[in-house]
Amino acid sequence: MTALGWLQIAIILAIVLLTAAPLGAFMARLFGGEPTFLTPVLGPVERALYRLAGVDPSREQSALGYTLAMLVFNAAGFALLYGLLRLQGVLPLNPLGFAGLSPDLAFNTAVSFVTNTNWQSYAGETTMSLFSQMAGLTVQNFLSAATGLALAVALVRAFARSGSPTVGNFFVDLTRAVLYLLLPLAIVSTLVQVWTGVPQTLDATASVTTLEGARQTLALGPVASQMAIKQLGTNGGGFFNANAAHPFENPTAFSNALEIWQMLVISTALVFAFGRLAGDRRQGRALVAAIGIILLAGIAVTYWAEAAGTPMLHAAGLDPAGGNMEGKEVRFGLAGSALFAAVTTGLSDGAVNAMHGSFTPLGGLAPMFLIQLGEILPGGVGSGLYGLLVMAIITVFVAGLMVGRTPEYLGKKIEAKEVKMAMLAILILPTAILGFSAVAAVLPAALAGLGNAGPHGLSEILYAYSSAAGNNGSAFGGLSANSPWWNTTLGIAMMLGRFGYIVPMMAIAGSLSTKTRLSASSGTFPTHGPLFVGLLVGVILIVGGLQFFPALALGPIAEQVQMLAGKTF
Amino acid sequence: MSAKTPTAPHIAADPGAAPRSAFASPELVVRAARDAVVKLNPAHLMRNPVIFVTEVVAALVSVLFLRDVAAGHPLGFTGQIAAWLWFTVLFANFAEAIAEGRGRAQADTLRRARTDTLARRLRDPANRSRSETVPALELRRGDVVLVEAGELIPGDGEIIEGIASVNEAAITGESAPVIRESGGDRSAVTGGTTVLSDWLVIRITADPGSSFLDRMIALVEGAERQKTPNEIALSILLVGMTLIFLITVVALAGLGRYAAADVPVPVLVALLVTLIPTTIGGLLSAIGIAGMDRLIRHNVLAMSGRAVEAAGDVDTLLLDKTGTITFGNRMASEIIPVPGVSEAEAARVAVEASLADETAEGRSILALARQHYGIEVPARAPQGAGVIAFSAATRLSGLDSGGRRIRKGAIDAVKRFVMSVTDRGAPDIPAFDAAVERISRSGGTPLGLAEDGRLLAVIHLKDVVKPDIKERFAELRRMGIRTVMVTGDNPVTAAAIASEAGVDDFIAEATPQDKLAYIRNEQRQGRLVAMCGDGTNDAPALAQADVGVAMQTGTQAAREAGNMVDLDSDPTKLIEIVGIGKQLLMTRGALTTFSIANDVAKYFAIIPALFIAAIPELGVLNVMGLHSPQSAILSAVIFNALIIIALIPLALRGVAYRAREAGAVLARNLLIYGLGGILVPFAGIKIVDLAIVALGLV
Repeated sequence: MTALGWLQIAIILAIVLLTAAPLGAFMARLFGGEPTFLTPVLGPVERALYRLAGVDPSREQSALGYTLAMLVFNAAGFALLYGLLRLQGVLPLNPLGFAGLSPDLAFNTAVSFVTNTNWQSYAGETTMSLFSQMAGLTVQNFLSAATGLALAVALVRAFARSGSPTVGNFFVDLTRAVLYLLLPLAIVSTLVQVWTGVPQTLDATASVTTLEGARQTLALGPVASQMAIKQLGTNGGGFFNANAAHPFENPTAFSNALEIWQMLVISTALVFAFGRLAGDRRQGRALVAAIGIILLAGIAVTYWAEAAGTPMLHAAGLDPAGGNMEGKEVRFGLAGSALFAAVTTGLSDGAVNAMHGSFTPLGGLAPMFLIQLGEILPGGVGSGLYGLLVMAIITVFVAGLMVGRTPEYLGKKIEAKEVKMAMLAILILPTAILGFSAVAAVLPAALAGLGNAGPHGLSEILYAYSSAAGNNGSAFGGLSANSPWWNTTLGIAMMLGRFGYIVPMMAIAGSLSTKTRLSASSGTFPTHGPLFVGLLVGVILIVGGLQFFPALALGPIAEQVQMLAGKTF
Repeated sequence: MSAKTPTAPHIAADPGAAPRSAFASPELVVRAARDAVVKLNPAHLMRNPVIFVTEVVAALVSVLFLRDVAAGHPLGFTGQIAAWLWFTVLFANFAEAIAEGRGRAQADTLRRARTDTLARRLRDPANRSRSETVPALELRRGDVVLVEAGELIPGDGEIIEGIASVNEAAITGESAPVIRESGGDRSAVTGGTTVLSDWLVIRITADPGSSFLDRMIALVEGAERQKTPNEIALSILLVGMTLIFLITVVALAGLGRYAAADVPVPVLVALLVTLIPTTIGGLLSAIGIAGMDRLIRHNVLAMSGRAVEAAGDVDTLLLDKTGTITFGNRMASEIIPVPGVSEAEAARVAVEASLADETAEGRSILALARQHYGIEVPARAPQGAGVIAFSAATRLSGLDSGGRRIRKGAIDAVKRFVMSVTDRGAPDIPAFDAAVERISRSGGTPLGLAEDGRLLAVIHLKDVVKPDIKERFAELRRMGIRTVMVTGDNPVTAAAIASEAGVDDFIAEATPQDKLAYIRNEQRQGRLVAMCGDGTNDAPALAQADVGVAMQTGTQAAREAGNMVDLDSDPTKLIEIVGIGKQLLMTRGALTTFSIANDVAKYFAIIPALFIAAIPELGVLNVMGLHSPQSAILSAVIFNALIIIALIPLALRGVAYRAREAGAVLARNLLIYGLGGILVPFAGIKIVDLAIVALGLV
């Protein structure tokens, strides 16, 4: 680790915080139904869209109605994308003449993009037509992010309102998220990315002569436009197989910093917006602090482990100061790779600029553990906040009793209904991750896809299901996942991780919104101070993470201790 | 104040009953141990999912153990795991049994009061001479019975005729008899109490089995115990955590096979049981029962656990001024003479006017004269003096002696008296009116004093606020509880007393409707309200309040409307009740936190032990330096079982409770039970490991 490396990390994170706060204020206005500086321009467009779709923006929905609208909308999105991928061969803008996808791959990919996971069992440049990338994947990149935002906003309203039967209108929140937030940011980002060297063209290939004089065909396409929303919407699905390690997706150290900023900014801003919408900005800041503590720890562990390198590299005579550069791009270095890895996993983004499977075992454990903690640091766009709020509910319930009152969060009493639904939601991750992993670990059809034996192979399995259930989408490398078993089970894990979580979460929203909001007194558990931040961190680690410890002990932890003893796989 | 000197236990005044403070009295422990075995019945344990799961896996390991025995395998380890799993279940049962046992001792005492006595049922309530003798158990609601001196009252009822002194020691533990009479607020009688003098005609208001005494017995025994809302929520959390760890452990079977580290079932079970929250799961019902028990020891009967919990949540306390905030009576605090009259003269006349006045106010005037003005007060009114008793119509009292007519009373009444003597208009003495005005504004009551046609002085009667009540209210405010004073006084008086006592709000000239409206308004804003009351007109408000404490001396209607009854009839008790409710919730939270935090150390004990055979390098995780994989697993299981026993006293006693603001309380409890919960098992498991190795158990 170097001071320069830490400085780089500190500067990027500081810029995120500085920009997220005002963006949060903007989002609070946007979802609070107040006019923003974009309203004069986009207001007419918004109203025209409602008229076109026959949506009455003033009619709010109950939590149930909101959830059903979201489910129907996403089911339609899934069906459309699935059909599009299957029919790719006969659809336009397919200059390389790619055939339609197999049913299991089309299912996996459609689920993957609808659930904001962007797990890719395929290589983009050899599988997807430009039409599929643009009309299929990029569209879902916007919509899945907007869906997450809408749901989070609905939950925040449930906290902020008192005795309200409704939580908002899903279609209005969705439209606003896309129109006022994601589209403008994506357009600006696309232009900046083009400037950094990311291609944006409808040509599928370019033929170039290399320095050695050989002819080489380079894959191209509308990359910049997809990259912008891929990062802003914490989708993470690359245009190319190598994702953000590819020079056309992430050409320079600057574009690397930009992409890290893009990943973090909306999710972080949403936490600030939450504080404002809940009427107490300290509440938002407390959550940001808790996120920051765990995320920084994840960055530190990864950076330290990668900088320490391995005894084998040292034995081979490499300069120990070089750390473990395997699987990393020289233009990003150790710090840029470690920061990207922690952020992309803390965030449910899933883009990678280095191969996590090539990290040291400990360096690979940190990103995997960040996913298993529930993708709440600060998590996917929207999904991170509602996941974090569910953890906050559990925290308040366990610890809040210790002040001698029925626990309250933001003035809402946390009772049996909320606890039940929160526990149901929390159960989803261990069920999907550990359940599928345990079966895959003994199933020959699944084991056939592994690239490595021993603990590293187990890490590949664990990482794949963690990534799918956590709606992250990054892979550990080494695993060949384009098989019916992996495509199907990972698809199911993605759906469980997304909708299996959303339904109980929205049940909480429904229950909370009807409750009277109580004003805080000196007898209520304060949820804005360092004590709560510490507690929340503890609960996230103990309740959210401890159950993965035995599995991790067999995977990366075993690999690490064996590596230190000189054994590799 | 009763906060500092807790009310002595009354119910089990019976010397034969087990002393309450010693939860470990030998008979109690023996009986609880027996009950712990009886409670192994799965149908009973179903109520407690965490412990039920433990029992199921204990049975599973026992079967494996028997299989090993049959196969002639070495047995020590599996057998010991099985044994300690059963102990875990038994210890949890024991905790519940011992909590119930303490209540049962009280119930036995109460049961002695519920006799199979005979009752004299009147065919015609109006005619006391015609009665039939029936067993008390045959009495139904609406029957009318006659009870005479020396007889037990056969059931709960309302007096419709008669007045009598009644010994209620069986219920309240208070042996001094109380007067019960028809009409008014003291017309309720309780079955099992004894009429000492005179007779009563009582209309029975409760069927057998649902009388006050029956409910009381059921409550202290915990027979009617239902899970309270917060307990249900907590149980759900515990079930959820149990499921999470069930998945973890089951998945380990597959993951372990991949790593060629097949884990034997007893070891997987050991991991499961140590991870699931058995500590809080085992102690949860004991905590609830102990909370009820603590109330009973304060001589308060809660009709449901829900009410106890609600007490901890109370945001607003409605307190009656009289008896709670102030001493019951107004007392004279100064005598202000009009110009031209000396203080000594005014005081002397005031003494004469009060000599025959037996009211507390009159007594206080004499006391003031004696202490403050140094006047020697004669024992009684002079011979031949005509005593004018106070009447509501004249609002005057006084003395006619030797041609002098001395009066004291309400200001306008005294002025009218002066006018009637002098036959002139109202006397105009600005200093007098100014003093009256000042006293009224300060919340006091001015009394006029006159001799014949002359106004002499104003006597300042003051409501005296109890000395340490202000600190109590400040304490409550720190806990986030608003106090509201309810009084029949006018707003000026009420405001003055309210500010002196430091309450947050007051309801002046309060009618029962005002109280009800106030409670409803608070509840609309999501606040929980507690109040106490005794009269029939309090009943609607008592029923509306989230915590309604009825006084035992109150009417039957009030007692039925409230969800708690205070046997001491002490309105200040409300403050203690809130504390008990808070302590109950705190104890649950503290032990839950402790239980969950324990998992960290257990992982470090068991995980290396699980896989060390397949992956020897994992030995570095054995930070406690436990002796062997088997000793590590066994120590974790043993620690997990013993910690339940070790925490029973805490569960029954409740965690230390101080009235402080939430942040401070949380920081303190978190340090003890959160950090302690992480650290204690590291030491505990290590000690158990050393012990079992020394004993040669592994």
